[in-house]
Amino acid sequence: MMKKEKKRIGVFVCHCGVNIAGVVDVARVAEVLKEYPGVELSADYVYMCSEPGQQMVLDKIKEEKLDAVIVAACSPTLHEGTFQHAAELAGLNPHQVEIANIREQDAWVHPDRERATDKAIRIVRSMVEKAIQNEDLEPIKVGVTRKALVIGGGVAGLQSALDIAEQGYEVIVVEKEPSVGGKMIQLSETFPTLDCSQCILTPKMVEATRHPKIRLMTYSEVESISGFVGNFKVRIKKKPRFVDEDLCKLCNDCADVCPQVVPDEYNMGLSFRKAIYMPFPQAVPGTYTLDRDNCLGTLPIRCGKCKDVCDAKAIDYDMKEEIIEEEVGAVVVATGYDLYDMKALGEYGGEHYEDVVNGLEFERILSASGPTGGKVQRPSDGKEPQNVVFIQCAGSRDPEYHNSYCSKICCMYTAKHAMLYKHRVHNGNATVFYIDVRTGGKNFDEFYQRTIDEDGVLYLRGKVSKIFKEGDKLLVWGVDTLTGQKVEVEADMVVLAMAMTKADGAPALMKKLKVAVDANGWLGEAHPKLRPVESLNQGFFLAGCAHGPKDIPETVSQASAAAAKVGALFAKTELMHEPTIVPVVEELCSGCGICVSMCPYGARTLDQVQHVIEVNEVLCEGCGACAAACPAGAAQQRNQSDNQIFSMVNAILRG
Amino acid sequence: MFEPKIMCFLCKWCTYAGADLAGTSRMSYSANGINLRVMCSSRIDPQHILHAFKEGADGVFIGGCHPGDCHYVEGNYKTLRRITLFKTMMEQLGIDPKRLRLEWISAAEGKKYVEIMNEFTQTIRELGPLNLEEKTLTEEGVCHE
Repeated sequence: MMKKEKKRIGVFVCHCGVNIAGVVDVARVAEVLKEYPGVELSADYVYMCSEPGQQMVLDKIKEEKLDAVIVAACSPTLHEGTFQHAAELAGLNPHQVEIANIREQDAWVHPDRERATDKAIRIVRSMVEKAIQNEDLEPIKVGVTRKALVIGGGVAGLQSALDIAEQGYEVIVVEKEPSVGGKMIQLSETFPTLDCSQCILTPKMVEATRHPKIRLMTYSEVESISGFVGNFKVRIKKKPRFVDEDLCKLCNDCADVCPQVVPDEYNMGLSFRKAIYMPFPQAVPGTYTLDRDNCLGTLPIRCGKCKDVCDAKAIDYDMKEEIIEEEVGAVVVATGYDLYDMKALGEYGGEHYEDVVNGLEFERILSASGPTGGKVQRPSDGKEPQNVVFIQCAGSRDPEYHNSYCSKICCMYTAKHAMLYKHRVHNGNATVFYIDVRTGGKNFDEFYQRTIDEDGVLYLRGKVSKIFKEGDKLLVWGVDTLTGQKVEVEADMVVLAMAMTKADGAPALMKKLKVAVDANGWLGEAHPKLRPVESLNQGFFLAGCAHGPKDIPETVSQASAAAAKVGALFAKTELMHEPTIVPVVEELCSGCGICVSMCPYGARTLDQVQHVIEVNEVLCEGCGACAAACPAGAAQQRNQSDNQIFSMVNAILRG
Repeated sequence: MFEPKIMCFLCKWCTYAGADLAGTSRMSYSANGINLRVMCSSRIDPQHILHAFKEGADGVFIGGCHPGDCHYVEGNYKTLRRITLFKTMMEQLGIDPKRLRLEWISAAEGKKYVEIMNEFTQTIRELGPLNLEEKTLTEEGVCHE
């Protein structure tokens, strides 16, 4: 702590025209403060924030050799920066400037002149006490590694990666699946334009592989991450593919001989693949992958057929899991979503009835690259369904039993599903059960109207209570809440617009990253209105559905915004960090570790050898939770020490 | 009429900003409380509260962000736990726990801030002066008049 013989403090009381002076006797405040211990100079002026007012502060600091300045004026949120700047020009450390809020929290709220003046004096006195003990502080500076990590290779991750790379920075994309593409590559057409999803996504996938600044790491996962903004160390686990990406010629000979048949994830289990496979024809990277969990075994005695037929000698059974360490400065979390499990809605029978499918399964049924080549056929017997029932909000907007939130995209994709079904099966009947139809978005409502007006889709307002099988039909029981009538619809197939939920692996990953999630497991943003693409944990940025349900344009916008934020971070040579952190007084620290558990940022660690706490100054955000918890008083917040608080309390309450 | 002294500790991000909003909205309320701005309500140590009572505060108010809104992820939960525990201790010390109030007031809740300030002032007014300095600690550590 800076201990001068006696600090010379200047007090400047602002009239703010009549805003303050109309109620508070500013002259008396200045007069009383003149006598307060430590105060060298006390003056009042009509507008302290005006040019002459600032000049007055600047001049007086020089003339009177002031060590600290109190400006009694409006809220510090308005002009703290103004006076800190003026003080800096006069050669004073900005942390020697304090604002006494006598406008918003005094003159404007207390009409009684006597009481408001008394309160003003107490407020100013408390700031003098604080200033007496303020230290000169310099911002904590730290370098930046100009390389980004993007977790997730769906449309959000790819867009972020491309936008960061285009700004000239290196990017690593980590994707856990064998190919990038995410959920979007499984969609058939996209609303409201009916663009073919693959046709618009594959160019981005290819661009990302070709980009010299982007390194795609598929079939890989983030193992651990440490460090802080600008300076992260990541360990990435690269799972063995058993196929050399560079040698594989995509001839399919290996898959032809593979005896192991398993459900195909890309087609949502509606078709089959082999244990050695390519996820889909446009997969990036273009290579086969041997799925170890389903392989009979790579020992020649057990199988080994694929290696025998591979002319390119691309198959290598000795591949091992690798751990790759990288240093990055920022992380974009774009881990996407999963669909709520149909098992959770037992009354709809999705678990048992093959012809009750979820939205993504129906996407595959509609898709030209899907198991039926785009012909609408129901899974159980391949018949073309004549009556299809679509149920919205399956697991969404149901706080009692399922998820309280709206999954946002289901209204639009159900309209699209119903429309595409009608385009393929002209004489078929499409019935949609809905709670509300929410079509906020550019050209969304027009699209929805078209499904009704042009394609003749029947919308019934109400929930479905039960679906059961009768013969080869599905009976859908529900209620039409507009007429109050019970409704029974005989369907050949039912499509459930299942709620979107956090991705399966997300909770474990978010724990590793130490980023905050909300009650539903979606990523939390730093501020819901003004900082929607940043995590509260510095250096982490959010993109896409990992943050909450979104459609493709919103996802792409957020991904680009996250990339812009990463660019702004990388544009700096050094990062400045607020110095009002909580260091440790080693002589007082007993190494009890209580503060470690208080810190939400992992800024405090226990040095097991010295048995004292070590503080990572860059990680510390200066909340002071540890300072309040430390039983020894060893954790003291800079410029808000316990002694400062005690002195301020005295100044407020005494007399 | 007894005019109590109330020491208010407000978090910078929510309640202090809520108090500012009461000002910009030109609401009027009792002038008994004086604010001390801290970064987070979790900065407040029971020592600070006891010190305020010892120095003549008749009531102590702590304002933080609503649960889930803490700027520092979960500081307000720490405050809640600390204050709940401290209130049981206040009873043992002979200070009415009603003299300590913790509230969640957001930056948008100027009106709530005003209402709570008036209400709390009234509560303390009814409880009367604390006069802690006139009380002595017995051997069991209990405060007596």
